[in-house]
Amino acid sequence: MDMATMYQEVILDHYRNPEGKGLRDPFGAQVSHVNPTCGDEITLRVQLDDGDDPVVVDVSYDNQGCSISQASASILYDEVVGRPVSEAFEILDSFVELMHSKGQAEPDEDKLGDLTAFVGVAQYPARVKCALLAWMALRDAVEQIQGPEGSPMREKV
Amino acid sequence: MGQLDVAAIRSDFPILSRTVRNEKPLVYLDSGATSQKPTQVLDAERKFLERSNAAVHRGAHQLAEEATDAYEAARSAIAGFVGAEARDLVFTKNATEAINLVSYSFLNATLLAARSDSVDPELDRFVLAEGDEIVVTEMEHHANLIPWQELCAKTGAELKWIGLTDEGRLDLSDLDSIITARTRMVSFTHQSNLLGTINPVAPIVQRARQVGAMVLLDACQSVPHMPVDVVALDVDFMAWSGHKMLGPMGIGCLWGRRELLVDMPPFISGGSMIKTVSMTETTFAEPPQRFEAGVPMVSQAVGLHAAVDYLNELGMTAVHDHEVALTRSALDQLEKIPGLEIIGPRDLVDRGSAISFTVEGIHPHDLGQVLDNAGVAVRVGHHCAWPTCRRYEVPATTRATFYVYNNENDVTALVEAIRTAQQFFGTV
Repeated sequence: MDMATMYQEVILDHYRNPEGKGLRDPFGAQVSHVNPTCGDEITLRVQLDDGDDPVVVDVSYDNQGCSISQASASILYDEVVGRPVSEAFEILDSFVELMHSKGQAEPDEDKLGDLTAFVGVAQYPARVKCALLAWMALRDAVEQIQGPEGSPMREKV
Repeated sequence: MGQLDVAAIRSDFPILSRTVRNEKPLVYLDSGATSQKPTQVLDAERKFLERSNAAVHRGAHQLAEEATDAYEAARSAIAGFVGAEARDLVFTKNATEAINLVSYSFLNATLLAARSDSVDPELDRFVLAEGDEIVVTEMEHHANLIPWQELCAKTGAELKWIGLTDEGRLDLSDLDSIITARTRMVSFTHQSNLLGTINPVAPIVQRARQVGAMVLLDACQSVPHMPVDVVALDVDFMAWSGHKMLGPMGIGCLWGRRELLVDMPPFISGGSMIKTVSMTETTFAEPPQRFEAGVPMVSQAVGLHAAVDYLNELGMTAVHDHEVALTRSALDQLEKIPGLEIIGPRDLVDRGSAISFTVEGIHPHDLGQVLDNAGVAVRVGHHCAWPTCRRYEVPATTRATFYVYNNENDVTALVEAIRTAQQFFGTV
């Protein structure tokens, strides 16, 4: 595969100019996740409002790692902030599915937005964790606020 | 001893003629993680399995006899490779298990002592008390760090370590305050898997002897790459792996000083490691059998025997010289790349072929990906030496390692692929 398929311009753009980076107040939960195989790290904060299907008011984060993990966190911010948790988790589930497709899945662009660009990354099993790091942190943080029973049961990755 | 005939060597390694990632020739620069295997090793294993396969040290039939002979011949050859005697060499699953075998001897002796009124004098030297100290270094592979952390957590001993200089070498300036009268074990790497540094063994052994501490040498990155004589090094234990020296995965080695092995309680227990057994009590076999419970990895031992024959044929001095020449060339060319920083010694004094580096503006994972796309296989990440990365304030590095089958073309391919990555990510 040629490198441009994996490192699509949208990924490189988010890597060079990350959206929403930096830790902010207020927040309902803060989590820290690492990718133990490579040392990529993220600290992520989530703030929800009080609705029945609470809206993600803010996601702030501080991270270091490869372009894939950095771009994924930046896109997470873009896609998730302002959405209800239910929609955010639908995106998350679709993204998890895409990343485990070994590059065979046809990404749902309406749902995934810029995350569609990761379809090439999914061909490389070693990079799947990089792409999912921020998203696993998001799920963890939301579950800390809501409790695991507050969200539908999800398969762990 | 002459130079290596690398073209002839390469023809012994079938994997080197395969291609990867769209017909790119494989440039294998990850021997520090695991080496490739020559046909001589593969043939030896296959021949054993086709002709003599049987469980060793039991059975009355011819195959059992042949298998036992093959296993013990391997022990002799592999021990001889490091200047040792067969009876002092224990086969383990890998080097990690070899180090755990020693750390668990301390734990088991400490547990046994706590259960009895009088400490068996044979066990006494392995019994730890609160305030005892274990010393490692800041450049250890996790395999030679975590077993000692665990041992300390379970016994109340304290873990101390020798720090590193900015150049990537051990800082021995305050050795006397780190290794003290309370130090019971000093366990350190002969050659850093991340930095490439070859550590001075003599001054550390000398200090350990002054205070009566034992010494374990992690030789995973030295035994495959340079002449090593364990007797001359005067350590008490030495651990290394088979798969990094052209041998199969699934076999590691622990050499131990005989009087210590004789006193050590067993690590893993079960079949083959016993002298007598009743429903209430067992006495244990002499070393090395005491430490080889269960049916061992015979075909791997046979394969490793073939690997040391292969390396002996090349000559370990020639192997080391070859790697030094490649390292010199690689360091020269890598240092000319703008934004590239070597993490580890930049000179060739006491230095092996592991070269870790960072490239400004490109995370190691991304660099590794572009290199892989060019067919260049390197290791990226913290190399199971996370504290060493922290010491040099890098989250991860890219690491190239060289072995007998690498040549100047491989160095060129590495350098070109790094430059390609810089162009791709627009950092130059």
